[in-house]
Amino acid sequence: MLEFMTILIIKTLVAFTVSLLIVAYSTWIERKVLGHVQLRHGPRRVGFHGLLQPIADGIKGFFKEELIPDNADKPLFLLAPIISIGAAVTLIVIVPFGDKITIMGHEITLYLTDLDVGILFVLGISTIGSYGGILGGWSSGNKYGVIGGLRGSAQMISYELSLALAVIAVVMVSGSLSLIDIVNSQTGLWNIVKQPFAFVLFIICGLAELNRTPFDMPEAEAELACGFNVEYSSMKFALFFMAEYCHMFVFAALVTTLFLGGWHGPFIDGPHWFFLKCFVIIFFCVWERSTFPRLRYDQVMSFGWKILLPFGLLNILLTGLWMLIFNM
Amino acid sequence: MADKDYILNISDRRPTGKYITPILKGLGYTLKNFFSKPITIKYPTERREVSDRWRGLHRLKVDDRGALKCVACGLCAKICPPKAITIVPYEEAGETRYPKEFVIDELRCIFCGFCQEACPKDAIELTKVYDFVDYKREDFIFDIEKLKTPEKYIFNGK
Repeated sequence: MLEFMTILIIKTLVAFTVSLLIVAYSTWIERKVLGHVQLRHGPRRVGFHGLLQPIADGIKGFFKEELIPDNADKPLFLLAPIISIGAAVTLIVIVPFGDKITIMGHEITLYLTDLDVGILFVLGISTIGSYGGILGGWSSGNKYGVIGGLRGSAQMISYELSLALAVIAVVMVSGSLSLIDIVNSQTGLWNIVKQPFAFVLFIICGLAELNRTPFDMPEAEAELACGFNVEYSSMKFALFFMAEYCHMFVFAALVTTLFLGGWHGPFIDGPHWFFLKCFVIIFFCVWERSTFPRLRYDQVMSFGWKILLPFGLLNILLTGLWMLIFNM
Repeated sequence: MADKDYILNISDRRPTGKYITPILKGLGYTLKNFFSKPITIKYPTERREVSDRWRGLHRLKVDDRGALKCVACGLCAKICPPKAITIVPYEEAGETRYPKEFVIDELRCIFCGFCQEACPKDAIELTKVYDFVDYKREDFIFDIEKLKTPEKYIFNGK
């Protein structure tokens, strides 16, 4: 029992440290890649090629002044960033970094838990995370904040549906809700080959869930002056920011797990494949951000309901027919 | 007809029904940019070459023996539009006049270069130093010693 507890605690610490380091450095990747796409250099004054920039940003976040607007709903205003970051960090629990390995006679699994309903857990908790943004916008007593929060909630409802439909197709193919089983079911052939349409659907809806450009309705800088986090300053703002990038890491991990075969890869299977694939997805998130302008709000809504939702349903239907005919 | 190339009618902006290829094209364009060389420079360590006629901080030239070329005639102070130059001449009987004090207020100066043109002895020139920064107003009042070596005040990022 003691041994089990020790291993669990060490594993948790390592997993969270590694994940949050990736989260911190994805901000660096974002700034650097955006810079180079726009023919700039990006940060390069703090440390070698700006590598200490996330740490400097964190320290700066702590020392900034905390502002709470007079007409803010104070308890909710304080609670919103906590919900946001709490839900985002909780998702790290189910990220499958790698398979079982043996160190000094102990068999260690390179994931924190193997929930039987893993993917449902992800969908549920990531939706709770969006409450942070909604409450934050609502409670800050600012019109831009309210509009940002409302837009965020509407978008979240619309795209969560298509996201779940994309996941259902994968679950049908893999035959399990557990993320570990889903990874193990793609040993030979990755799900991206079996389910290319679900992959595209998942990427599009995931970007909408992440509030990234072209779907950054809740924090449209140009229209809403940063939307739901307009009144937040100092570390509270940094928490929202961290939650966003944490979601991005979890999104990358999910794409890797559901479609790109998790820790499987040519030559040696292992966590290095997982991290490589995650990095590619994070790079893609930044890359597409630098490419696309923001969609108009009604375009976002009609795209979600009129195109993605029927597309997802059709995909499920075709997958079912395929499985029925070929008796898989 | 030539106007048609760069003036778009609103009717041309209607959705064409093409979505996939433009998206992929855009992604390709940004990826190409990502791998090409940035056009910005790493400013304090790298800097752009300015024109030879650039008018930056002033320098008081010295002759071969290390003495100022300036004879304190006062023409530069006279022609200076914002009156940024103050000269106190000094002269001993039988010797060359030289400036006892030669002060330029770089905050008043408009860098027109008239002093350089007016000088009969070619004693003052404008250098290419354009990024002098400091904390106090007094630091921008340059005396003879500072004016001899304006290159020392190039911003180095510290």
